[in-house]
Amino acid sequence: MVKNLVELRGLKVAFDGVQVLHGIDLDIARGEAIGLVGESGCGKSVTWLAALGLLPGKATVSGSVRVDGQEILAQPRHVLEGVRGKRIAMIFQDPSSSLNPVLRVGRQITEALAIHRGLHGEAAKAEALRLLDMVGIPDARRRIDLFPHEFSGGQCQRVMIAMALAGEPDLLVADEPTTALDATIQAQILDLLIALRAETGMATIFISHDLGAVSQVCERACVMYAGRIVEQGTIQALFDNPRHPYTRGLFDAIPRLDGPRERLIPIPGTVPNPRDLPEGCAFSPRCSHAAIDCRTRMPVLSATDDGRLLSCHHPVGSHPPIGVTHPVGARVLEALS
Amino acid sequence: MSEHFKTPLIEAKGLVRTYEVRQGMFGRATPVRAVDGIDLRVMPGETLGIVGESGSGKSTLGRMLLGIDPPQEGQALFEGKPMPKLATPEWRALRAKMQFVYQDPLAALDRRLTIAEQIGEPLAIHNLVPKPHRETRVAELMSAVGLRPDQAGRYPHELSGGQRQRAVIARALASRPKLLVCDEPVSALDVSIQAQVVNMLRDLQEKNHIAMVFISHDLKVVRNIADRVAVMYLGRIVEEASSDVIFKTPLHPYTKALVSSVPVPGKLLQGRVILQGEPPNPANRPSGCAFHPRCPLAADICRTSVPQLLSVADGRTAACHMVTRAEASVAA
Repeated sequence: MVKNLVELRGLKVAFDGVQVLHGIDLDIARGEAIGLVGESGCGKSVTWLAALGLLPGKATVSGSVRVDGQEILAQPRHVLEGVRGKRIAMIFQDPSSSLNPVLRVGRQITEALAIHRGLHGEAAKAEALRLLDMVGIPDARRRIDLFPHEFSGGQCQRVMIAMALAGEPDLLVADEPTTALDATIQAQILDLLIALRAETGMATIFISHDLGAVSQVCERACVMYAGRIVEQGTIQALFDNPRHPYTRGLFDAIPRLDGPRERLIPIPGTVPNPRDLPEGCAFSPRCSHAAIDCRTRMPVLSATDDGRLLSCHHPVGSHPPIGVTHPVGARVLEALS
Repeated sequence: MSEHFKTPLIEAKGLVRTYEVRQGMFGRATPVRAVDGIDLRVMPGETLGIVGESGSGKSTLGRMLLGIDPPQEGQALFEGKPMPKLATPEWRALRAKMQFVYQDPLAALDRRLTIAEQIGEPLAIHNLVPKPHRETRVAELMSAVGLRPDQAGRYPHELSGGQRQRAVIARALASRPKLLVCDEPVSALDVSIQAQVVNMLRDLQEKNHIAMVFISHDLKVVRNIADRVAVMYLGRIVEEASSDVIFKTPLHPYTKALVSSVPVPGKLLQGRVILQGEPPNPANRPSGCAFHPRCPLAADICRTSVPQLLSVADGRTAACHMVTRAEASVAA
């Protein structure tokens, strides 16, 4: 038996000859929750759309995606269909545009049950009701025959999650599932994702630009920049002691809900255009720690002694992390104790 | 204390705005009170943050403060004088003193004009700067918001999201306004860029002594930029206080839930107040306190009587039976 559920190796994507993903390596163990964070255009969504063969034809995808040791990249449709929705399910940011507006939600869920589990008729309906109950749709028996527009945004996202669970997937890929929702509803959906994972034991990939949300759902996170993973480690390691200047910059740029109302510390400049990536480290033009070698030599993602992966010639932060001084880290330890 | 005697730059008194909403093509139109009796005041140079979920009426309120959406009841006063009627010459003249910044800069900019032309437009419309000097003033405005001189000839689609929002802000500043109403100005931007724009707004405001109404659903950004914060729920203000105290010691159960719903990086989910249910439909407003169906503290009185926004401490108000009762018993 293969140890990892999913293994990505050297996953690359180009659109019309412009390389946007530069080789992603990632292992997902059974039941694990991994966060992918980064700003728009860093490739966090494209990674999973490419892995599941959901990109349009003009995209060139190369590398390897293995599910339980079986290659799925560039495989015929029937192989992919056995994985998509069944082994790996995906939910998106805008639930109302992912649901079919002219079909009743019950029908949409039973359709998934018929395809992936061969359930029909009363058995399928009973299972759809169970799923709707599980994701917290109140009064599911009456509402199963309603149309998507009769549900609120948060409830549409719950329906999407119920549909994703229909195939009893081993991995749920959630792409910004709470970004379009109100704060109090966002908290409910995060809570639901955590509860479902505890109940079903499925692994979760949580794609988000919100570091706060990622740290609540996941044990491990990858920080991506310009189509590459620049730092990867446990949530605690990343938040205690971010080593990549970009990770550190992302933390510093977030305003705080406590402490003094100081000026924010932005990351200068903007994300580079993928057509025109800087030489050496892609982050070097915005980096306060950049030296000469950063502008000429590309850093390689490699393991450090404390078990994280890092791609930086001149990392920030203390090493090894003795005596946490970073305020965010101190708060993590407080919360854990 | 002298603040009380100064004239507020803008003051709202009992603002009400109702929309007619039809259920289906032949359904009866039902009135929806999007803004339901709002009182507020903003002093010159002060920033008032307005937070709330979608449908709470915060954007409608912003438009009403500028007179774009006329109130059905109540009135807005600018420098102590009633707002002139929409689209009259007096209103247009006043609009130079109050500007609006929207969430989506691409929609707010004209795709066929260069950004320098757009930043210069208010100068021409309000006839503020004679034509020969306009170019200099545009260059000044661009540098004030951190745009490079070589970007003057660019079209909106050639700029990044952050740069577009800078251009929108430069255009808003062109007429030297006294009030800026910003509706979710940084929500569409990435964190690193968001921090750049927030800092810029703070600097510009401090330098030019501009008052600001900052509407956002992002509590962290509002806390950073606002002096005072009003929390809205279903068309009403439920709590108002300085931004330092309101997030530290929220009183209203809804504010408490909002503050607790903000995921703090590195903090675990445990111990958070997670509200049950969804914000109710404004067309079908619950009786009594609109928040009572979701409120963990709700008692009988909350189902029948509407709580008024009352002063609970120096400079802070709340509309909650449970809070005002507790404060009264402390005082007694």
